Amino acid sequence: MTARNPSAPGTSRAWPSFYLRYMVEPYVYLSPALILIALVMLVPLVIGISYAFQSVNLLRPLDTGWAGLDNFRALWSDRKFWLALTNTFWWTAGSITFQFFLGLGLALLLNTSFHGKRLVQALVFLPWAVPTFLSALTWAWLFNPTIGPLPHWLAALGILPEPFNIMGDPNLAMWGAITANVWFGIPFFAITLLAALQSIPGELYEAAEIDGASAWQMFTKITLPFLAPMIAITVMLRTIWIANFADLIFVMTGGGPANSTQILSTYIFTTAFRKLDFGYASAIAVALLGLLLVYAAVLLVLRRKLVKI
Amino acid sequence: MSAHRHSSPLAVTGKYLALALYVGFALFPLYWLAKIAVTPDKLIYTEGTALVPSSFTLENFRTVLVATDFLYYFRNSLVVSLTTAAITTCIAAAAGYAFSRFTFRGKRLVVAIMLITQMFPLLMIIAPIYKIVAAVGLLNSLTSLIIVYTAFNIPFATFLMQSFFDGIPKDLEEAGMMDGCTRFQALRKIVLPLTLPGLGATLGFIFTAAWSELLFALMLINSNDTMTFPVGLLTFVSKFSVDWGQMMAAGVLALVPSCLFFIFIQRYLVQGLTSGAVKG
Repeated sequence: MTARNPSAPGTSRAWPSFYLRYMVEPYVYLSPALILIALVMLVPLVIGISYAFQSVNLLRPLDTGWAGLDNFRALWSDRKFWLALTNTFWWTAGSITFQFFLGLGLALLLNTSFHGKRLVQALVFLPWAVPTFLSALTWAWLFNPTIGPLPHWLAALGILPEPFNIMGDPNLAMWGAITANVWFGIPFFAITLLAALQSIPGELYEAAEIDGASAWQMFTKITLPFLAPMIAITVMLRTIWIANFADLIFVMTGGGPANSTQILSTYIFTTAFRKLDFGYASAIAVALLGLLLVYAAVLLVLRRKLVKI
Repeated sequence: MSAHRHSSPLAVTGKYLALALYVGFALFPLYWLAKIAVTPDKLIYTEGTALVPSSFTLENFRTVLVATDFLYYFRNSLVVSLTTAAITTCIAAAAGYAFSRFTFRGKRLVVAIMLITQMFPLLMIIAPIYKIVAAVGLLNSLTSLIIVYTAFNIPFATFLMQSFFDGIPKDLEEAGMMDGCTRFQALRKIVLPLTLPGLGATLGFIFTAAWSELLFALMLINSNDTMTFPVGLLTFVSKFSVDWGQMMAAGVLALVPSCLFFIFIQRYLVQGLTSGAVKG
């Protein structure tokens, strides 16, 4: 970029044209994207953060204005908020653990050769294409004893005393939501990890085999080290994504029964959508954003420490 | 690769068993959805948990298509998703091209902004967006949904398009430009035809994402005329929650466009989607 490339067209032209080509041209291609992102995402983001410090409730239009930290004080003494925080933790941890291990298993299986591979691959990835609201409804129906088989099967196995609606039971509803999320999320991990697996050079396995390595040794000494960076980044991004993911629980239970499946993101949505209390909803959102930032920072610090050793 | 290893018959059986379990887990909920949709109403309660219905009907589909508003919802969703996919793909192709072919001042900042938009809770902006859309008088219009969905999907689509452009050798367009094309002509005549599969895949991903978006549509739309399919189905479920057969028939219909696009894009899933991320 520093020296003029003699073969590039337009070298004979004046400096401004050269400058224009290399400094402004990329922004011509980028401008529609940047303008839309700024107007639809960044500006509302700033407004959203400012709402957290205001009283904005569409049901009480006269009572608007700056409220300082009132929303956060209310949040601190809101039992529902702390419950939602605990639930967010279990929802995220449960979903990510099962999604990851089942996704890794599937990726390892798909990385071998077997009959009908193309068809199997298409079928196991299919849940990824199912619209979220439909996955949520379908699983809610499967857990409903009127039309779904799962409560009957669980009762037959002796796990449930009688076939009742799993999504209506405060102790079990979260597991129902996590099951639906795992079903929906396995393909994502399988796809990402399969792509990483396919980038591992095959010669490494051949050499290891000649040296008499067992399958388990090859997995821990070759596969895992190669996958590790990909695993770290996907797990981190996916954790943030799942913590923000409200659609599934909102459709399956609406946060119920008795707030047993209320997570922070569904709490934000119901506060904004049903109570139209935008100020309070934004305060919860700022709290969630803060927690996610802390999580990301801790992970980055941990990673730096581990890499040093 | 690892397929060269000689496996015992036991290991092979185990592998096929595991694959069968995965396929079963993936397909079972969808099978059940389709099963209830074709079960006649009077049999739903008596043989609710039977694996195969004893008789079969398409009556539920007929009722959903003829007697409810689902065709309107379907059309609204189709308009929103197709328009969003088309606009997003054009804008993201331009941005992805800039990322792939130029090094420029501020590139790292632009990439960082795009990554951040993928990570903060989108629900954070649902209230401001509602207020802005209300202020410009676009509540209950499909236009507002198209604008919002387009902006949401641009960052991901841009990175996807960048990975497709990265896969096309730079020499091709440089040769074209030496022969007297401008950069834009080279882009149009040489690069774009080569990246058509990438454009198709991006269209598919964005269509699927727009087709399934629910929460912003719930917030911005409440008139029956402009409801998208997810909003319509949810309203239907909360109003008529005993018409199991009809609800599931509507669900099966919602699945059709997603599945069509999925069949189209699934061969790009592994190679296309993640090649850029893995190399980087």
